[in-house]
Amino acid sequence: MQLTVWTYEGPPHVGAMRVATGMQGLHYVLHAPQGDTYADLLFTMIERRDHRPPVTYTTFQARDLGKDTAELFKDATRAAFERFQPEAMIVGASCTAELIQDDPGGLARALQLPIPVVPLELPSYQKKENWGAAETFYQLVRAFAGPLAPPPGSPARAPNPEPSVNLLGPTALGFRHRDDVREIEGLLRELGVRVNVTAPMGARPRDLQRLPEADANVVLYPEIADVAARWLERTFKQQTIRTVPIGVGATQDFVREVAALFGLDPAPVLATARSRLPWYSRSVDSTYLTGKRVFVFGDATHAIAAARVAAKELGFTVVGLGTYGREFARDVRAAAAALGLEALISDDYLEVEQAIAAAHPDLVLGTQMERHIAKRLGVPCAVISAPVHVQDFPARYAPHMGFEGANVLFDTFVHPLMMGLEEHLLQMFREDFEFHHEAAPSHLGPAAKAAAAPPDPAPEVAVVDTVVWTAEAERELKKIPFFVRHRARNNTERFAKERGVGRITVETLYDAKSHFGR
Amino acid sequence: MSGATARTVTETGCHDLPVLYERGQHEVFCGLTSIVWLHRKIQDAFFLVVGSRTCAHLIQSAAGVMIFAEPRFATAIMEERDLAGLADMNDELDRVVGRLVERRPDIKLLFLVGSCPSEVIKLDLGRAAERLSRAFAPSVRVLHYSGSGIETTFTQGEDGCLAALVATMSSAAAEAAPSLLVVGALADVVEDQFRRLFDALGIERVGFLPPRRADQLAGIGPKTRYLLAQPFLADTAKALERRGARPIEAPFPLGAEGTTAWLEAAAAAFGVPAERVDSVTEAGRERAARAVERHRPALGGKRIFFFPDSQLEIPLARFLVRELGMEAVEVGTPYLHRAQLERELALLPPGTALSEGQDVERQLDRCQAAKPDIVVCGLGLANPLEAAGMTTKWSIELLFTPIQGYDQAGDLAELFARPLDRRTRLEV
Repeated sequence: MQLTVWTYEGPPHVGAMRVATGMQGLHYVLHAPQGDTYADLLFTMIERRDHRPPVTYTTFQARDLGKDTAELFKDATRAAFERFQPEAMIVGASCTAELIQDDPGGLARALQLPIPVVPLELPSYQKKENWGAAETFYQLVRAFAGPLAPPPGSPARAPNPEPSVNLLGPTALGFRHRDDVREIEGLLRELGVRVNVTAPMGARPRDLQRLPEADANVVLYPEIADVAARWLERTFKQQTIRTVPIGVGATQDFVREVAALFGLDPAPVLATARSRLPWYSRSVDSTYLTGKRVFVFGDATHAIAAARVAAKELGFTVVGLGTYGREFARDVRAAAAALGLEALISDDYLEVEQAIAAAHPDLVLGTQMERHIAKRLGVPCAVISAPVHVQDFPARYAPHMGFEGANVLFDTFVHPLMMGLEEHLLQMFREDFEFHHEAAPSHLGPAAKAAAAPPDPAPEVAVVDTVVWTAEAERELKKIPFFVRHRARNNTERFAKERGVGRITVETLYDAKSHFGR
Repeated sequence: MSGATARTVTETGCHDLPVLYERGQHEVFCGLTSIVWLHRKIQDAFFLVVGSRTCAHLIQSAAGVMIFAEPRFATAIMEERDLAGLADMNDELDRVVGRLVERRPDIKLLFLVGSCPSEVIKLDLGRAAERLSRAFAPSVRVLHYSGSGIETTFTQGEDGCLAALVATMSSAAAEAAPSLLVVGALADVVEDQFRRLFDALGIERVGFLPPRRADQLAGIGPKTRYLLAQPFLADTAKALERRGARPIEAPFPLGAEGTTAWLEAAAAAFGVPAERVDSVTEAGRERAARAVERHRPALGGKRIFFFPDSQLEIPLARFLVRELGMEAVEVGTPYLHRAQLERELALLPPGTALSEGQDVERQLDRCQAAKPDIVVCGLGLANPLEAAGMTTKWSIELLFTPIQGYDQAGDLAELFARPLDRRTRLEV
């Protein structure tokens, strides 16, 4: 039993819904109790979809349990087929239906519907959303492309005259999937590589039968597409392109990997100054970004990519790197080790909060969960990964992948921070009548005064574990701008405790500053 | 279309209102969802759902933008090893609760909330609550109720919670003065308004259930008269009557008419003369009428269709039809509690089409065919219906907004007028 305040991932059937909703012509019949229909709002509200997800729920109730829930499932499946006329169906159980063991796959088979029906076994008490999406996609790919597998010992497939790839992994409710796909399709087009099928997003079940026609598979989102891509590689001897093109460096690596695979010249695509990020990062007003402490947390793919961009392309110092996705924990551990860190592998929101607080970052790059943690700690934050919220589906074109994605990342990482000159001015004129510790941010205008001033996050200051602040030190602390004051307080107390100093004076404050200062 | 999943019976209900009973896909939240407002209302209570990852995901998705840094609810997620019997579920639960109580010493009242999986495996949360209550007495009291989707929809979760609280109310002495208990979670501002009104009516001993703090729970006895402020509290009403309290029959305090009738019923039960009621409520009635009147041009004559959701549908329809001149095309409700709604049903115009239960696909067909001017529905349906050209009002907002009482009547009307207003403004 796990105590959970917030959860990073939904149950595995929500992963299956993301695949079904991303595709066309596929319908999902889910054996589930009343109430599980809440999942529709993820798609209609968070992603603002204009159609209901293609999901029929049996919504059984207690009174049905004594009777025949299996019959209910069959009726719902038959009715869904007749009403929606899908090309294919997937059927399965949510957590409660799993306990009553009605075998949706067997029941659906017994109906002998004239369309393919793919049964899903998604163990709700072991697995989570991303695993469910990956398993669903894999089962669909196997079901539709499997019959086309060449017999063992067949000669290697001949390359297509025009190089072609499949783009695998984008789903409904995916973090920036919509825009990433457009960006990467454009990049491949410029390289002279045709996109054969993009799946699950936008694909019909019958399109999955064309997957084997491509020369290679691009695994855009390993969390969702890795299992299917490995099977395609084994079964059809297709190549797999694994570089995830997030950031300038990774996008260049991606271009080189694709070009090398097909014997194309990457130079023309690499030569053009495609992203503004390198110049923006080198321009002098970015100097103040140097060494800013950044904590990165998200799904494995986005966390690893964001850490690379933060360290190598913006000159930040990564002070924490972690993921909630255990499936790719090994990759995150390797990436963290390369940065001299130990990875945080956890889906416990409280543990993540603790780790962030302990790392004293200047910026958090995380999910919607970390946005809340950061807000509580008074640290700026940018969202780089699912779990998503409505804000993660912006109206504008905002990919995270490719060269345009790198531009988006620059803005995303930098905008939450105080601008360089602003930061300097606040440091110099900390007793200025508009900047003093109780003043509201000046851009809010005079009406915003005290009420809008961010409260000091730690009001219970006088005594902290036997460390006492002298009144004079307390006054001095208040001269420090509010957005770094909390960190200064914590650092000073930590410094004092580590040295057995019981009474914090102005001297202690500045000793601590020199100790922690960069 | 197979009719097997959709058992549809039309019969004539009381007051000659036809009721369509349906059984098919129910597009409704489960009772766990009511934790979203209950945990804000009872300020020292914590709600621990004993369930699955789906339960945790539901509450956080339904809470949506209302995410709090550290909310007073959580989920004890059952895992494979619990179900396989490798771990003793009760030991695990004790461990989880121990960790929680240690982390949150501010918690005085802990609800163990049953879910679909905990009900299906028949985990006895009643016994667990007793055991944990003993273990953490006197600092924390532990209660339980079910918010499972197999037994409850949406607002029924509040019914279960309040019914559990009733069992812990102290017994009022037999010679105690008569008291009024207002039952159903209301926004604090509304509660304060009602308190002032009851005070002005001379009803002195007034309690509210749920209280804002666990230790403010009123006493109960044969001299207690209870007045429901929400229409979805059938189990709570039964529990109150078992403790000797007697009901005050009234419509619900939505709109000027509903609020007046609700206050009048309370006043009559406490022997307050009619003239005093008139003078106490006069200012409120006038303010409400003025505020509601402003929205009549926008709403009068408009046709409204309710999908079942909160069980507030029937009182809402009554308000919109009678005070704003709207026409109710279909009023869907997950359950029709006749005992609680008798006064409301009597106020609906003859022939108003009611439906109980749901087959969402058929109801969508009816809705499309009826082409109403505005549709009240849940979050899963709203955007798809808007995309199909309909104007919608999402119903969950009716639970998260102060809508009861005189001074909220205008706000309530505005909730329906705003989506229509928006349509007329947009040129894109």
